[in-house]
Amino acid sequence: MAAALAARAAGVEDVLLLERDQHLGGILNQCIHPGFGLHHFKAELTGPEYADRFVRLVKEDRGIEVSLRSFAVRLTKDKELSYLRPGALEEVKARSVILATGCRERTREMIQVPGSRPAGIYPAGLAQKMVNIEGWIPGREAVIIGSGDIGLIMARRMALEGVAVKAVIEIQKTSRGLVRNVVQCLEDFGIPLYFQHRVSMIRGRDRVEKVDVVKVDDGLKDIPGSGFGITCDTVLVSVGLIPENELLEMAGAEIDRRTNTPVAPGVNLTSIPGVFACGNACKVYDLVDWVTRDSELAGKMAAKYLGKQ
Amino acid sequence: MTADVIIVGAGVTGAAIARELSRYKLKILILEKEAEPAFGVSKSNSGIVHAGTQNPPSSVKGWLCVEGNRLLREEIAEDLGLNFVQCGQLVVIFDLADLPELEKIKKEGEELGVKGLELVDRAWLDAKEPNLGPEVKAALLAPSAGIISPYRFVYALVENAVKNGAELKTSRKVSAIRRPAGGGFEVVAGGEVFRARFLVNAAGLYADEVSALAGAPTFKITPRRGEEYLLDKKREHLTEHIIFPLPSKTSKGILIIKTSDGNPMIGPTANDVEDREDLSTSDEGLAEVLAGARRMVPSISKDDIIAYFAGLRPVSGKDFVIRHEDSAPGLVNAAGIQSPGLTSAPAIAVMVAGILKEHGLKLEPKEEFHRLRPRPVHLFQVPPEETRRLIEKNPAYGDIVCRCELVSAQEIREALKRGARTLDGVKFRTRAQAGRCHGGFCTTRIMKIMQEELGFPVKALTKRGAGSELVKAERK
Repeated sequence: MAAALAARAAGVEDVLLLERDQHLGGILNQCIHPGFGLHHFKAELTGPEYADRFVRLVKEDRGIEVSLRSFAVRLTKDKELSYLRPGALEEVKARSVILATGCRERTREMIQVPGSRPAGIYPAGLAQKMVNIEGWIPGREAVIIGSGDIGLIMARRMALEGVAVKAVIEIQKTSRGLVRNVVQCLEDFGIPLYFQHRVSMIRGRDRVEKVDVVKVDDGLKDIPGSGFGITCDTVLVSVGLIPENELLEMAGAEIDRRTNTPVAPGVNLTSIPGVFACGNACKVYDLVDWVTRDSELAGKMAAKYLGKQ
Repeated sequence: MTADVIIVGAGVTGAAIARELSRYKLKILILEKEAEPAFGVSKSNSGIVHAGTQNPPSSVKGWLCVEGNRLLREEIAEDLGLNFVQCGQLVVIFDLADLPELEKIKKEGEELGVKGLELVDRAWLDAKEPNLGPEVKAALLAPSAGIISPYRFVYALVENAVKNGAELKTSRKVSAIRRPAGGGFEVVAGGEVFRARFLVNAAGLYADEVSALAGAPTFKITPRRGEEYLLDKKREHLTEHIIFPLPSKTSKGILIIKTSDGNPMIGPTANDVEDREDLSTSDEGLAEVLAGARRMVPSISKDDIIAYFAGLRPVSGKDFVIRHEDSAPGLVNAAGIQSPGLTSAPAIAVMVAGILKEHGLKLEPKEEFHRLRPRPVHLFQVPPEETRRLIEKNPAYGDIVCRCELVSAQEIREALKRGARTLDGVKFRTRAQAGRCHGGFCTTRIMKIMQEELGFPVKALTKRGAGSELVKAERK
């Protein structure tokens, strides 16, 4: 939305904004905790409040056509785009394309946690959606793998719902998340954070029953004799985010295989002229305020590419 | 209730037998202990339709595999609307000194009737399989091998059997089998009693227990665990054939497997275990699989892995156990169906029908046998024009639920209408949640569609049946 509004402000006349969900705002809608907008709006907002400020501007803007529940399936280097929506397969040709496709969560599978595959193992963001959007509490006793911000926030969120959050297990020496989240989400709730530990086994046939935890040394090797078990029925996995650039890849742009980000000389750029990637699709940001700042820049860059200003 | 034949187990073996018997005027009942068919041994199958090499020519499984391959290729895949891809297989060697071994496999395969076997050299491999590593020196090509989705194969067999009058009862674990004085069997499962003159035991890992319950403790099943690692669809063209190393005594080794859904797979390990429920993967298994696969294709990286699982092969000696048990008249065992069980299943079914006939079951063909099963729609398999036509017919095909694998709300609904009852059942039928995000984005949406279609409250939704509930409480 920030890129669309900025492109319009810079003189682009006709913007099509595709959203796969039935609401604008993306993941912000499930982030009901405060802490958004301190820089951009100089106010502390929740995720939905932050998104809503943009939604209102987008809706007022006659030059932005919003298409919800629209799923892009194809992009070419000539900026031909196909998308599906209920009732139609649409094809459009654009002069410039901005990809603001965000990121997905790294999964248990990507870090290869051994053990069984019972119910009760969720990416932290999925658990957040379950609790905050659907009102479903996934379990009663949880262990969180990884100390990313979503995991920390979900530790607090689950504790507030009466779930016993037994531990956050982090393989590194420090948290991947913001310091304020470690303090406000764990310390204030008495949730132990184990640095330099890893979950070495998930147990349980139908539903999670227990995890084995082991301390690791500086080379990430298990320290013999340091293992212990934690009984729990839920494991949340918060081990980082991966930019979603499969469309860009389909268009033939160069992608860094390790980070899944566009290979380009500068922020928002891709190897295809006129195709931009902004926000978490460009790189993983820690604050939405910086996503907005750079996405506004992407809107301006697209306008400039189209010969405006 | 009373049936002519009770089949215990709705894995690929039981499902194929049910479908074969449903050609005849018989009352067939399938009892499955899990919540859905294919949830036992079959779900972890790699989906290879083996050519039929690498089995001793004197073995039962040797000819069943070759015949099963032929039936699948020439008849069943098409009839049941399955996406069978005949990609062929290569057995590679790392040392030209092993050429005689390949010659031996070729000769044995030819004795069994495997067609088109050919030794290929490094130049051929360079042209056809450029990603093979420098250690690979030559290979045996078997063009009749292919790939199929193992669970969708089972679902198709079961659906077609049911269409032809067979009855399926799930969550019915057999707890006792009685043999009344007048002959036949009384099978107690899930608190109900079912009667039949003939009992077919296709109970996979538990086949020895079922056979013993029926009065024939004649063999033992040893689970052999195999870990498999699934790679990102982006690596679909890592290889164009299924790649095998020279087989060892206990297994066919670590393979590079193409799958009919596009994701390559590497594995499996082979370790005999005691626990019939132990489906865990291990650090050691991962290391073994990666090392084995990289020896053939060095560019495979740990980062390519998007999913992994373990399966248990039901092993009973070196061969399949397919026979009538004279100590329990009317009991036919189809047990110890390890690799190449999926390939062999259609031939096993014909063989079991023959054994039943020999022992007095009358096989009278039905006037009308519904041979065909409509092919389910999978958007990821159809070209854009077809997608457009589908959406025009039904707008819900344009409502995408799973972004990684391109699965629409309509496909989820159809899977539920065809019998999916669990989140895994939806995944196996549609591929929703099977991609790189692993359900991170689509799980809640699928659960909501399940609530609508099945009328279950959210707390009753499960991953794979009772005990695997997904949500413990609802927010007040």
